Amino acid sequence: MAKKLMKGCEAIGEAAIHAGCKLFFGYPITPQNEIPEYMSHRLPQVGGTFVQAESEVAASNMLYGASGSGERVLTSSSSPGISLMMEAVSYLAGSELPVVIVNIMRAGPGLGGILPSQSDYFQATKGGGHGDYRLLVLAPWSVQEAADLVQDAFDLADFYRNPVMVLGDGLIGQMMEPVEFGAERVPCKLLAPKTWAATGCDGSRPTNIVNSLFLDPEVLEQHNIKLKAKYDRMVRDEVRFAEYFTDEPYDLLLVAYGTVARVCSTAIEDLREQGVKAGLIRPVSLFPFPYAAVRAAAAKAKAVLVVELSSGQMIEDVQLALRGAKPVYFKGRQGGMLISPDEVAESIREVLAGKAAEVVNG
Amino acid sequence: MQNDVIMAGFGGQGVLLIGKMLAYAGMREGKEVSWLPSYGPEMRGGTANCTVVISDRPVGSPVVQHPRAVLALNLPSLDKFESSVKPGGVLLINSSLINRDSQRDDITVVKVPANEIANELSNSRGANMVALGAYLGATHAVSLAVVEGVVRETFAAKPKLVDVNLEALHRGYELGEQVARKGEPR
Repeated sequence: MAKKLMKGCEAIGEAAIHAGCKLFFGYPITPQNEIPEYMSHRLPQVGGTFVQAESEVAASNMLYGASGSGERVLTSSSSPGISLMMEAVSYLAGSELPVVIVNIMRAGPGLGGILPSQSDYFQATKGGGHGDYRLLVLAPWSVQEAADLVQDAFDLADFYRNPVMVLGDGLIGQMMEPVEFGAERVPCKLLAPKTWAATGCDGSRPTNIVNSLFLDPEVLEQHNIKLKAKYDRMVRDEVRFAEYFTDEPYDLLLVAYGTVARVCSTAIEDLREQGVKAGLIRPVSLFPFPYAAVRAAAAKAKAVLVVELSSGQMIEDVQLALRGAKPVYFKGRQGGMLISPDEVAESIREVLAGKAAEVVNG
Repeated sequence: MQNDVIMAGFGGQGVLLIGKMLAYAGMREGKEVSWLPSYGPEMRGGTANCTVVISDRPVGSPVVQHPRAVLALNLPSLDKFESSVKPGGVLLINSSLINRDSQRDDITVVKVPANEIANELSNSRGANMVALGAYLGATHAVSLAVVEGVVRETFAAKPKLVDVNLEALHRGYELGEQVARKGEPR
């Protein structure tokens, strides 16, 4: 199929259709409104259904019911809307329901603003809803990668019977780039039939019950242990990352995800021409986080600089990865302010010149 | 080789549209492209802008602080982006609506009376196409022929608009090329 110039939001919608998504439930919020808009006209064309719910709370519970019936379902929102869905996300995880949730992050806290941000990292990777659960979290850095990861997200959700979140910032949603969809899609996982789904039962098989309530603590603990084993398998098998400028020697390792990593790559390229050597590692899966890869890449550097559109959230995972082995520095912008290649370049220079303050916790 | 441009003007002047057309054309030429709109809490009559990057290699930052070119269709856009043009770059000023000169002496300044030309062509809404033409003439970021194709596709549903917009594009192109050929900074 030929390349098309698409807005990130539209590409995400088309990717979901391409992956066999038949149902969308959501509620409008900037900067991701083009996703529900796109789904509202595309889903009926493929025999699917689009529902604009009365709220994010309602949408997320419709997601629960629809996923329980075995269909591929999608919702999308932006930060405050995702917060409203968090109760259902916990229930989805507890009931082991496969859904794909797209969060096109805007700046917070509270209603915040509508401009790009990465300040929902903790919410996405460390909980957000209650109880011991994990989401698989994937973070694209381009429109093409957003389209690819959304398709993988549906396979991963089905494979693990777990909600998967695609975490993009406002730039991913709003910018246009060329995107290509393969003609024949091959799932990234070998998928079993959904024999657990509540599809209607005539008595010819035991009744399927989709539920997250386990009042007997011994039963619930066994359920928790089963879930933990699943999260451990994700950690073992689903780590994704990419490295740039690491074939040549480097003094400083940058860690950044999403579009910020692109800004960093431009900064590093500009500095290479001036003899300043930095490398970049980009986590693509935020859970599971590429701890070993970050540690290995940092081993070749004198220090590590984490760049985020937040006050510093992913930096905690970088610190876990490094276990104090290297000094860690941070550069961030907040409130919807973007970071420019020049600003990143300046931070790199400051760190290498010993003029930046190391991030020390405790 | 990378060409990047910030196109800015009043909401409704059509800067987002010509930015998209430029990105389409770049893609048609086999280049890597990105189109990034400003999507802040703008209101009718406020400013709008987009950043277009056209590159031989995968686009790094879609956010560009110092573009090779700025196209300012109104005064607030000139005030905001004039200082950001990369030294040696190109600043296109819509002189129909902006009655001040550029303060910069390290860039090529192209004054385009975009609205006047569009009005001459009885195509008052075509000032953006004149401006796009001038940008292409001054920078040759993508070939005129490919952009012509994109214009034809864009207005395919309204065939009457194809020729008038191509005319606007050509008028701008000639003007942009003339100024750029002189070559020397103003």
